[in-house]
Amino acid sequence: MHMRLSIPPKVVQMNRFAPVSADFSPVVEGGAEFMPKLSKTKRGSRAMKRTSEQMKRGLKKVSCLMAACAVLAAGALTPMAATAQSSGPLRIEITDGVIEPLPFAIPDFVAEDGGASDFARSISRVIAADLASTGLFREIPQDAFISGISNFSSPVAYADWKAINAQALITGAVSSSGDSINVKFRVFDVFSGQPLGEGLQFSGGAGGWRRMAHKVADIVYSRITGESGYFDSRVVFVAESGPKNARRKRLAIMDYDGANVQYLTDSSALVLAPRFSPQGDRVLYTSYETGFPQVYVLDVATVGRRVLSSQEGTMTFAPRFSPDGRTVVYSLSAGGNTDLYTMDIASGQARRLTQAPSIETAPSFSPDGSKIVFESDRSGSQQLYVMPATGGEATRISFGQGRYGTPVWSPRGDLIAFTKQNAGRFHIGVMRTDGSEERLLTASFLDEGPTWSPNGRVIMFTRESQGASGEASLYSVDITGRNLRRVLTEGAASDPAWSPLLN
Amino acid sequence: MKHIAMTALFVGALAVSACSNDRFGNGRFGGGSGDFVAGSPSDPRSPAYFNQTIGDRVLFAVDQSTLSPEAVQVLTQQATWLMENTSYTAVIEGHADEQGTREYNLALGARRASAVQNFLIDRGVAPNRLQTVSYGKERPLEICSDELCYSKNRRAVTVLAAGAITS
Repeated sequence: MHMRLSIPPKVVQMNRFAPVSADFSPVVEGGAEFMPKLSKTKRGSRAMKRTSEQMKRGLKKVSCLMAACAVLAAGALTPMAATAQSSGPLRIEITDGVIEPLPFAIPDFVAEDGGASDFARSISRVIAADLASTGLFREIPQDAFISGISNFSSPVAYADWKAINAQALITGAVSSSGDSINVKFRVFDVFSGQPLGEGLQFSGGAGGWRRMAHKVADIVYSRITGESGYFDSRVVFVAESGPKNARRKRLAIMDYDGANVQYLTDSSALVLAPRFSPQGDRVLYTSYETGFPQVYVLDVATVGRRVLSSQEGTMTFAPRFSPDGRTVVYSLSAGGNTDLYTMDIASGQARRLTQAPSIETAPSFSPDGSKIVFESDRSGSQQLYVMPATGGEATRISFGQGRYGTPVWSPRGDLIAFTKQNAGRFHIGVMRTDGSEERLLTASFLDEGPTWSPNGRVIMFTRESQGASGEASLYSVDITGRNLRRVLTEGAASDPAWSPLLN
Repeated sequence: MKHIAMTALFVGALAVSACSNDRFGNGRFGGGSGDFVAGSPSDPRSPAYFNQTIGDRVLFAVDQSTLSPEAVQVLTQQATWLMENTSYTAVIEGHADEQGTREYNLALGARRASAVQNFLIDRGVAPNRLQTVSYGKERPLEICSDELCYSKNRRAVTVLAAGAITS
């Protein structure tokens, strides 16, 4: 059934991104003939060679941009796309020292006409913030610059950027035409005196300027690290207000960095734990709209919502989409017992996956759709299990001290993030899908509910502070345990779920 | 699901603004903390008697849904009252303390509510007069972060409503 909409109309504006983003297809910039192109294989082999040399020398500071980032990438827990070519698995535990972030310079983008001046600096600032927020990059302050960029087409004075130790230089220009803006940019490997890839440009409605900045940052990130970015993405979460014993909660959506918040429901009914569809077009969540918790599916573009299943005397919660977006796996409680079910969204056909007197909840599909990881207290305490997506025998994968819950399969398929409760503390952690190599990334009074960035590099979660005035907020942390940051939201916030990269 | 609205109406009419602006029963309508509820606690047929004199809630140990001897005592009287006052129905709310993940606590609250429901049915209360709901850790009664508060939050509350369950 369709429910009444109670949303301010401005939410609809947000969704005008769909047609706008069609204009975002990157265009190789013309007039870039002065930029010599290095073939990928050539650069790749150079990076590999340097990386292995650096490894032999004990990971001393590297000077080449590509080599530096290959080392950064190799430092992560999992081998990444960029390091598939590197010379062997180098693993760093979270107790290891911090890797030096790569210094970059980004002069204010050049405004090529009066209409562009409102956006040129803002766009370059968002790009800088995106890159710096990863912890893999460090921005060189503009007051350290020796030369500026006043003309996008002028040759780069590499020596001036080398002198301030900028390993990467990002230049760009913005022009406007009516309500549209055009953003073009280039990335330079300063120490090798070469552009890194081709110049690109995006155009679109001026209202989408932040998205254009995020797209530029995603490309820069991708060129330097060899893995895809995550900046042009959104997060759906629960916005909280009111005292601890009468919390008001409503669904909200924002850019990954906290900008452009829009509310999807009002706070008349308690709502919990939203999850994005793999296409980013729908959100599953649990609402007490009827007085009893039930799973709803909400269309992000229209904010229309409907209850997924309503079975007398039961409660449903903990929903998640399958990777193809057609099936939902969720928990159903009947007679005090909680088991896992899947439902085909189109037909409404439900299928029971578990039949045990224990609690089975928090299910999450593997990215190939073949398996489901979930939590169960069948052993006597909350632990993690993996079973076939159609049900059947489950294998326990968590064996450490304490209780494990809220497992979420990484989009790369190699890791499972979870919440661990032990000795009065909560942790966000990751383990391989067979339960090996467990590593705790955070510790606090109450951390819970991890969600993966689209590239599987960052985890966002809820941290709740202690005591009568305790409040929830969103944090993010790198899968190496570095770069713990608070995600700024207007008010208290919980239960984040990251979207895929937008198109 | 009309019973929810009826609960609010019923209590709201007599309790003025004692409840929060949350439109769902969250256990705060119940007695025990000086809430002004329907009737007099000394009138054995009144909801106030049920809520305050008998007690509308039972408490649980950490991560447990087993009824304690104290809980059995309270629920025995609740069953008797419900058998004698057949115009009332009840929604049993299960709650958990904040030490636990959100979804697990929802399932744990469901267990607790169900333990109370099963007990009342065993003592003769008609099953169609009882419904359960879990709030997990979403509606704590006490807000401090230590065992003093946690022990009161691990509860199942029998929330009375006038009239038959219609959903």
